[in-house]
Amino acid sequence: MATIYVDGKTYEVNPNNNLLHECLQKGIDIPYFCWHPAMGSVGSCRQCAVKQYKDENDTTGQIVMSCMVPAADGTRISVDDEEAVEFRRSVIEWLMTNHPHDCPICDEGGECHLQDMTVMAGHNYRRFRFKKKTYINQYLGPLINHEMNRCIQCYRCVRFYKDYAHGDDLDVFGAHNHIYFGRHEDGVLENEFSGNLVEVCPTGVFTDKTLKEHYTRKWDMTTAPSICTHCGVGCNTIGAERYGSVRRILNRYNGQVNGYFLCDRGRYGYDYVNSEDRIRTPMMRQENGELESASKELVLNTLKEALKSKKNIIGIGSPRASVESNYALKKFVGSDRYYTGLSDTESKLVDKIIGILKNAPVRSPSLKDIRESDAVFILGEDVTNTAPMMALALRQSIRQEPLKLVDMLKIPRWHEYAVQDTLQQRKGPFFIASVTGTKLDDIATRTYRAESDDIARLGFAVAHILNKDAPAVKKLNKEVKQLAEVIAGALKKAERPVIVSGTSLGNEVIVHAAANVAAALSKEDRRTNLSYIVPEANTMGVGLLGGGSIGDAIRGVKDKKADTLIIFENDLYRRANKSNVDSFLKHFKHIIVVDYMQHTTTQRATAVLPAGTFGETDGTFVNYEGRAQRYFQVYYPEQEIKESWRWLRDATLQAGHNDFKEWQNLDAVVGAINREVAAFRKINEAAPNSRFRIAGLKMSRASARYSGRTSIRSHENVHEQKPPDDPDSPFTFTMEGYSGIKPPGLTNLFWAPRWNSVQALTRFQEEIDGPLRGGDPGVRLIEPAQRFSFSYFTDVPAAFEKRNDEFYTVPLHHIFGSDELSIKAPWIGELAPKPYVLLNKEDAGVKEYNEGDEVEVQLSSGTWKLPVKISDSIPAGVIGIPAGLPGLETAILPGWSTISK
Amino acid sequence: MTDTDIKYLLPEIPELHKIEVYEKEGGYEALQKALAMKPDDIIEEVKKSNLRGRGGACFPAGLKWSFMPKNSERPKYLCVNADEGEPGTFKDREILEHNPHALIEGTLIASYAMGVTTAYVYIRGEYVKWMKLLEDAIEEAYAKNYIGKNIAGSKYSVDIYVHRGAGAYICGEESSLMNSLEGERGYPRVKPPFPAQFGLWGCPTTINNVETLANVPVIIKNGAEWYLKIGVEKHPGTLLYGVSGHVNNPGVFELPTGVLLTDLIYKYAGGIRDDKKLKAVIPGGSSTPILRGDSIEGVRMDADSLIEAGSSIGTGGVIVMDEDTDIPKILERISRFYHHESCGQCTPCREGTGWMEKIIRRINRGEGTMKDIDVLRDVADNIEGNTICALGDAAAWPVQSAIRRFRGEFEAKIKMEKTVAA
Repeated sequence: MATIYVDGKTYEVNPNNNLLHECLQKGIDIPYFCWHPAMGSVGSCRQCAVKQYKDENDTTGQIVMSCMVPAADGTRISVDDEEAVEFRRSVIEWLMTNHPHDCPICDEGGECHLQDMTVMAGHNYRRFRFKKKTYINQYLGPLINHEMNRCIQCYRCVRFYKDYAHGDDLDVFGAHNHIYFGRHEDGVLENEFSGNLVEVCPTGVFTDKTLKEHYTRKWDMTTAPSICTHCGVGCNTIGAERYGSVRRILNRYNGQVNGYFLCDRGRYGYDYVNSEDRIRTPMMRQENGELESASKELVLNTLKEALKSKKNIIGIGSPRASVESNYALKKFVGSDRYYTGLSDTESKLVDKIIGILKNAPVRSPSLKDIRESDAVFILGEDVTNTAPMMALALRQSIRQEPLKLVDMLKIPRWHEYAVQDTLQQRKGPFFIASVTGTKLDDIATRTYRAESDDIARLGFAVAHILNKDAPAVKKLNKEVKQLAEVIAGALKKAERPVIVSGTSLGNEVIVHAAANVAAALSKEDRRTNLSYIVPEANTMGVGLLGGGSIGDAIRGVKDKKADTLIIFENDLYRRANKSNVDSFLKHFKHIIVVDYMQHTTTQRATAVLPAGTFGETDGTFVNYEGRAQRYFQVYYPEQEIKESWRWLRDATLQAGHNDFKEWQNLDAVVGAINREVAAFRKINEAAPNSRFRIAGLKMSRASARYSGRTSIRSHENVHEQKPPDDPDSPFTFTMEGYSGIKPPGLTNLFWAPRWNSVQALTRFQEEIDGPLRGGDPGVRLIEPAQRFSFSYFTDVPAAFEKRNDEFYTVPLHHIFGSDELSIKAPWIGELAPKPYVLLNKEDAGVKEYNEGDEVEVQLSSGTWKLPVKISDSIPAGVIGIPAGLPGLETAILPGWSTISK
Repeated sequence: MTDTDIKYLLPEIPELHKIEVYEKEGGYEALQKALAMKPDDIIEEVKKSNLRGRGGACFPAGLKWSFMPKNSERPKYLCVNADEGEPGTFKDREILEHNPHALIEGTLIASYAMGVTTAYVYIRGEYVKWMKLLEDAIEEAYAKNYIGKNIAGSKYSVDIYVHRGAGAYICGEESSLMNSLEGERGYPRVKPPFPAQFGLWGCPTTINNVETLANVPVIIKNGAEWYLKIGVEKHPGTLLYGVSGHVNNPGVFELPTGVLLTDLIYKYAGGIRDDKKLKAVIPGGSSTPILRGDSIEGVRMDADSLIEAGSSIGTGGVIVMDEDTDIPKILERISRFYHHESCGQCTPCREGTGWMEKIIRRINRGEGTMKDIDVLRDVADNIEGNTICALGDAAAWPVQSAIRRFRGEFEAKIKMEKTVAA
């Protein structure tokens, strides 16, 4: 600790930080633009100027930029010094000379850091009596709006896009006061994290283009803490609503998970909530065979018969439904009649993964741990496409090893450009073994392209080099052996290595190989971080809850003699072979689907009940790491939309079952899970329960400045209606209630006096760039066992052998397109690839196929007509098909197929 | 021989740029001598000589060299700043043309003293001809093994590369120069860290001006004692004064430091054109504060004297203006230059230089107001000292000094317009 003096007051600070960081930490307001806690200081905006004094006798002092001065012991500064105040005012005056002052029509208005800083720095009257400079704006794709005239040249956008996210199609052009931030020409921003420009930009240059479709000011949106539903990472988000539709997603800082950023799938995938494919009312299959809307009472009454005997019911849950809903279904139908809703392959892999994470000498890392890793070995995953934010975290890891040099040279880590000058091209060890090119290849030390079994063989070989107890790999060719040596050597030298693998190739031996590598690296005092990527928001949740796969359900249906099928939030056709699902569904008289989206399975239902998305319901998801995180209902829906477990409660009560009679709210369900399922012993710690109050108040969802509350429904009734009650959470749906800084899991708005933009975040952090006040939300359900029971996996596969007439067919994942929900957002759909089949150049040559030729890919389950894409990197004998695109049900992959023209 | 006859940078020797001639005149003897010395002793000698940087900041060269780490595992670099971009400055060009081997020899001695094995000459984009001349000279020196492996029979090896800039003034600022060499945008770096610790490619680096390095051979050859006797003791040696503007005989003059500014103008540069009266002088390149013609009596051309006189020696580029000169017009031209050359990284310079130019232009167009002068002054004051690099100061000083010393001219333009309008 060090002592600094600010305007005569004494503060204890961390000398490893800069003065701006420490002053903000202590609640001292210093305006700033270019500094960002995740991106360090560069000293370019000059806004955070303060007066520094040599010692107590120095009365003249010198203006310094607080972001560029270490908070060293004995430092004396004044924020209030007249000259410093005047200089800060003049900086805003400069920045404002060409700013268009178009706040009333600017999307950023009301949450604009520039507005806040202008007020804070005290620039009021304009002395610049000249014409303003104007720029031509660019088309940057469907996600981001560009309005260069508002730019104040803080360089944050390029620093995020190029330096942090490693994008290469956004840059700064020009010189002097004619600086332009944009692309070399109009076009879609290529980086998968471009949406963060919206939050990184201190003003309205980069704004959320999708918000424009249904624009609402920050203060007029009802918001709640949420969890992203578009992959297994579980980024913390804030969902925002007005007039019954979700308007946008903002990042919700969680120091352990997503930090300051989100991926574009997560930020922009929300529009499925507003989709026309939503199920908003209960529906019944009529005598004419049509599925038609019906009243809740009528539907529930009709279901009485179907639900009469539990023995006749089979339940299928879902990795996109909450732990609570899955649990309720499992409890009602019984363990032997509940299926998780995972596909066969996924179910097998997820069980394996949970077993490994619980019992092997490894540890499942948070994204923060991954950001801080100093060596990386990825087996089989194209992380940018399967867990995008993990890829962004991995991108930060390449700095860790070289940062030792920076530390050795005593350069403060926050001094960003000095760090960059020192690091130059140095990168930490980073190895990727994948079937085809990945979007992390640009930072890789070495890449290895091979069929999935061969990827596993490389992993097994590395593990064997690290520890001879791990099985050796037979008939390994020399090059692979050498590569394994290189990888093993680098991992061994590292202090915090991370092994990344996952389910995306549907290959069990890769999962085993990754476990062997991590276990072989572990020492007495150090568990190696092993991160398995799983595909959906609650894949780990249903995995921990336990249950058979969809395949198990299909295969076992004959013995079960069931006539009623309840499906929670699941389209079976995305997870199993079509003909199998078709014949499976034929076994049932009653098919009750509780879901929020229409899909092939709902079309086969006899009754459909409208479940809620993250927008309309509360619940818990468990992410890849094993972290249980709560999401809260954003708004109160007009229609009869409920949690799936609530529908089950209501329906079973109606049918005369008293199982869930006591379940008045979410707390009751969480309590039951807490008591009954060992794996979820800590689930109640994921977030405060519904009885939580501050000063006797519930938390407000709407901001204190929310407008129109008395007029919003005046067309129905001039009397203000009683706001709906929320039994499940400590939130109100209105502005009534506590609106100050809420506990970490309940943060729904970053706002503090004088800080209307997301930059108010520093007021919510215990430590800037550290945990939120009160600790980062969420609770880890899987911690490494004190005593592990692990023996190395020995199922080393034989080397892949190319077949003459068949191709090994693997799914290729796409950030835009492979996710069932986000693709319903039109702008995500626009960015998704068209179906294709990826073929090795040699194979294409043999077959005499050219790029774009339409071919028939024939699998055991059916035939797809797809255009050919030719690749250098996919191994010969292997083909790839984009995963999860509508109409391309790739759950059956991997498998062998034939191709013909 | 009087002081003023000492000319070692630009002696009147025909064909001196040829290595044979240079050698015949005793060239590369200093290098031989240096290579027999301990590197630290060379630095000590240069320190003793009080050699001060000729790029404008007058920083003691020996001291700068001594900042370089002694036992560095990382490579060390020397950058020769030949980006001579300051308006009114054209002295390094003369060295490159007439005495390139003095620069090369100085560079080699400096490199040896600091343990540098790679030196880069960063030359301004417009100096195509001079780059060619320098490259020829370097080639000659390589051929004679003054540069390269085990130079001049020693165990020391060094390479010199010439890199041509693309014409940005800012790249003459030492940290921008390094960024430019690295292939990055020519943006200045925030100091600390300083180049001696973290320079080119993050490695220890020293950046010296062409003229500074060209002074080194004579210091080593004749010793610090000899050198200290030339000119002013605290700022010794000869300087290349580039005199331009309304004089009869403009050009570069090699004279000791401390020469009278009036001598420079009237004796060496042949006096004011058409026998007009002197109105103003910019003594050290366009960024140095402008002096009134009636205030230069007794002002000497060295670092300390010019500070006392309210300006700076800068690069020794003396711009002379006669009584007909329109000072606000001159200031507009200077401000246009600094606006155009502002890199755009930090706010005060990026936004302030353009604003200042606009105000001055408006005053010149007769559309100014009295308030404009105050705003102009205010903007300049807020830029000064508050930018990442010295370009902010360079842009502010001419404005501040012109208003301070010629305020009447600005006011007259504003009033005249009012009168005409009335």
